[in-house]
Amino acid sequence: MAAAEKIYLRQTPAAPLPPPATRAGILGWMRANLFSSPLNIALTIVCAGFILWVAPQLLRFFIFDAVWSGADRQACLASPQHPDVGACWAFIRVWSSYFVYGFYPAADRWRVDLFFFALAFGIVWVAWLGAPRRGLGAVYLFVVLPVLSYVLLSGLPLLGLENVPTTQWGGILVTIVVATVGIAASLPLGILLALGRRSAMPAVRFFSVIFIEFVRGVPLITVLFMASVMLPLFVPDRFSPDKLVRALIGVALFASAYMAEVVRGGLVSISRGQYEAAQALGLPYWRMMGLVILPQALQVTLPNIVNTFIGLFKDTTLVFIVGIFDFLRTIEAARGDPHWITPVTSVTGYAFAALFYFVCCYGMSRYARNVEARLARAHRR
Amino acid sequence: MTVTTEKSGAEPQWAVEIIALNKWYGDFHVLRDINLTVAKGERIVICGPSGGGKSTMLRCINRLEDWQRGRVVVDGKELTDDPKQIVAVRRDVGMVFQQFNLFPHLTVLENCTLAPIWVRHMPKKEAEELAMRYLRRVKIPDQALKYPARLSGGQQQRVAIARALCMSPNIMLFDEPTSALDPEMVKEVLNTMVELAGDGITMLVVTHEMGFARQVADRVIFMADGQIVEINEPKAFFDHPQHERTRLFLQQVLH
Repeated sequence: MAAAEKIYLRQTPAAPLPPPATRAGILGWMRANLFSSPLNIALTIVCAGFILWVAPQLLRFFIFDAVWSGADRQACLASPQHPDVGACWAFIRVWSSYFVYGFYPAADRWRVDLFFFALAFGIVWVAWLGAPRRGLGAVYLFVVLPVLSYVLLSGLPLLGLENVPTTQWGGILVTIVVATVGIAASLPLGILLALGRRSAMPAVRFFSVIFIEFVRGVPLITVLFMASVMLPLFVPDRFSPDKLVRALIGVALFASAYMAEVVRGGLVSISRGQYEAAQALGLPYWRMMGLVILPQALQVTLPNIVNTFIGLFKDTTLVFIVGIFDFLRTIEAARGDPHWITPVTSVTGYAFAALFYFVCCYGMSRYARNVEARLARAHRR
Repeated sequence: MTVTTEKSGAEPQWAVEIIALNKWYGDFHVLRDINLTVAKGERIVICGPSGGGKSTMLRCINRLEDWQRGRVVVDGKELTDDPKQIVAVRRDVGMVFQQFNLFPHLTVLENCTLAPIWVRHMPKKEAEELAMRYLRRVKIPDQALKYPARLSGGQQQRVAIARALCMSPNIMLFDEPTSALDPEMVKEVLNTMVELAGDGITMLVVTHEMGFARQVADRVIFMADGQIVEINEPKAFFDHPQHERTRLFLQQVLH
């Protein structure tokens, strides 16, 4: 018997069979994911209990008991007819234009709206992977739009657009301006710094390392203070840039130092063989980087890049420290309005801010995950 | 000196001239006084134990490696520190690597058209036609729109050969092109190289495939300890190795 098994020759080919059909349907999924082990069952019960405890309260406060309209604080105060008062959305509604535009003159707010529209149009054009002529979209977003935005927002009397000093800007407008300038400037600057840090030229490498390490070693608040307080000390008054511009420069430099380290992480992950293959084909340095190395490095590090963008978006709230009225600062100011002071005003204001930041950041995060999945699929084809 | 080339007198005589080349990694003397001239159209196979400096010498020819002393002249162009000169030499010297080094973010076709478009400034359409011609030659035109990760090792290496050929190089360098391949794929790559050798292109091949050396090489070089130990025609090299080191090496390789 044992001797007979030593030599084996298959007589009939084994046909491929479909996999066994266990764990199908919702019940199967629940059994596999929620109730697979005692610990898992305990965690599922704890989590479900927590959700059942918190969700109704949140829903009641923010939706069912919320006050949706009203002229002043009376609407949001508890009364015998209305013992439980939820979020005071009426307050948000009344102050909403201040949250969006700050002190931007009411007659010129269409310019801000047009800017929002032009920006959204550019972002969708470039970000939507199936859009036509995306190269042209990039030119629009990075060349046309900055000029257009400057003319629209700051004004150009020549075209009949009156100058609006940045001290009158505020709210979501300022948050969006600071964030987009920071994001748009930090990626190219960060790439240059990352390449500089790996350069063969000692002077370039030295400068890059000093810049990156210095800026990363200092809190953003310090950078903003230095940009707004120290810069005027060195630069004569008439050349001294606008307060918002100084903050923009500070944010952009700060973000680019972080971006440089993120991009460097991507560059490190590319094997030497890729550099050598590109060099052996006769590609000069910038072509090699632009066509072979950076596309791969940026793809590898895309989650980190988006992470940095999200961090930057939220960090823009720090510009209030140099007296700029960003979105969060306008809520801070409005919640002290004596016409609207109630126990729920502040909570509502902060909840509204949280919702705004969450929607923006979660949007970025979802988009990045889609791109990642799409790239991963493409390269396995 | 009499110049017998049929064209102008300025036509360089040699494909590659390596003169008194010395290279150190730190204190380690990897290349010791290498002298070698390769004629145009000549097919050279370089063999020897690993760590003997074969790959390093090959990589000096397109300046992927730097050196401390000596000169390398390729097609009449001396390799100096001038980046322009280095790029000019690399344009006309194709290289095939052990690990293929295809660009994973580009399709097979894009891998092949990248350098013709961006270095030779060829129109995209023309570059694609050229690439398809070479992909047909290495017998994988049907994979042109796939990404390299979907291809077998042998197919990837043939794409790498096609990619190098798309630059119409005068000289091809092969750095152990079959060492990273599964045994059943070695043959398809070697066949492609044999076919290429019939075209009269100058080839320098670092390999352990002695059958290939016998079949196509004009000269076989044996390198050990950073030195060229023996150069001979393949028949004489394999049948009557002169140096003791060569004999020992051949015994081990040919069992």
